[in-house]
Amino acid sequence: MTPTRGQLFLAYLRIGLTGFGGVNAWARQLLVEKKGWLSDQQYAEALGMGQVLPGPNALNCAIAIGARFHGAAGAALATLGLLLGPMAVLVCVAAAYDRYGQLPLVRAVLTGIAAAAAGMVLGTAVKMAVKLRPTPLLWLTGALALALAMLHVPLPLVLLGLAPLGIWAASR
Amino acid sequence: MILPLFWAFATLSLLAIGGANAVLPEMHRLLVEVHGWMDDATFGQLFALAQAAPGPNILAASVMGWNIAGPAGLAAATLGMLLPASVLAWCVAGLTARLAKSPWLKPAQFGLVPVAVGLIAASGVIMAEAAGNGWLPWVVIAASAAFVWRTAFSPLWVLAAGGVLGFVFL
Repeated sequence: MTPTRGQLFLAYLRIGLTGFGGVNAWARQLLVEKKGWLSDQQYAEALGMGQVLPGPNALNCAIAIGARFHGAAGAALATLGLLLGPMAVLVCVAAAYDRYGQLPLVRAVLTGIAAAAAGMVLGTAVKMAVKLRPTPLLWLTGALALALAMLHVPLPLVLLGLAPLGIWAASR
Repeated sequence: MILPLFWAFATLSLLAIGGANAVLPEMHRLLVEVHGWMDDATFGQLFALAQAAPGPNILAASVMGWNIAGPAGLAAATLGMLLPASVLAWCVAGLTARLAKSPWLKPAQFGLVPVAVGLIAASGVIMAEAAGNGWLPWVVIAASAAFVWRTAFSPLWVLAAGGVLGFVFL
């Protein structure tokens, strides 16, 4: 079943606005389970490519799915739909931060949120590492990425060095 | 300032394998250390706000652009962050079905994940250093890490709890 351009845009608008804490789970549920526009396999393929390519997975995925149904126009509509809602929210957030960010009370709340977000990112890393069940070589790859990033080595160099190592380790 | 801002984020765009969290250390290096556009605490808070808002986390770039140079900064940062990666994704979109079956995709997926996880861990450490002045932030950091690791609840709960604790105790 092929969605119209309007349906595609609206679906991604909805995904963008509901996608708290990662968009992919929401996208799969709507596109595969509710609308039936894609099979599980097709969605997994689009997501897999999105993960290998640079940039946000969800956006890469939206571009691939939009293009599949309506070519360039579909890709543009899915992108716009995905980003429009969150952008509007973030503009308000950014403007409010400019205005009130220095107030002591706001600063205190934000410090609390920032600490929680730091823990959330750490927890995510641990969760992913455990779920991956990496071989010793893959552990080493991850540990090197952590160490090099902490030593402020520029990211292009880190990726140039570690991507081949990781891919080699994964193919063994 | 707008053009350097665009280029900084455009470079990040093509390096963002594994999403916004993986590219955070480099974003921090460029914005705080190389260009000196903002301080540590502001960086951490803006990123936290972007985490709390809906949509892809990569939109943290937009908020930082706004903080550095207003609406024009927001446009430059967002376009820089999204354009290069989107063009690339568009170019390979037609090939997805064929590439998905190619033998290198699985090793590429699995091999890049540990790199991304290491970079995400580094992001966490950098943010913790920025937020952790005093004992309470460190308690929040540890509790939130444990919560996200061990439970399947939405991380929004920890962000909200962190905000409330900051409101009450800081």
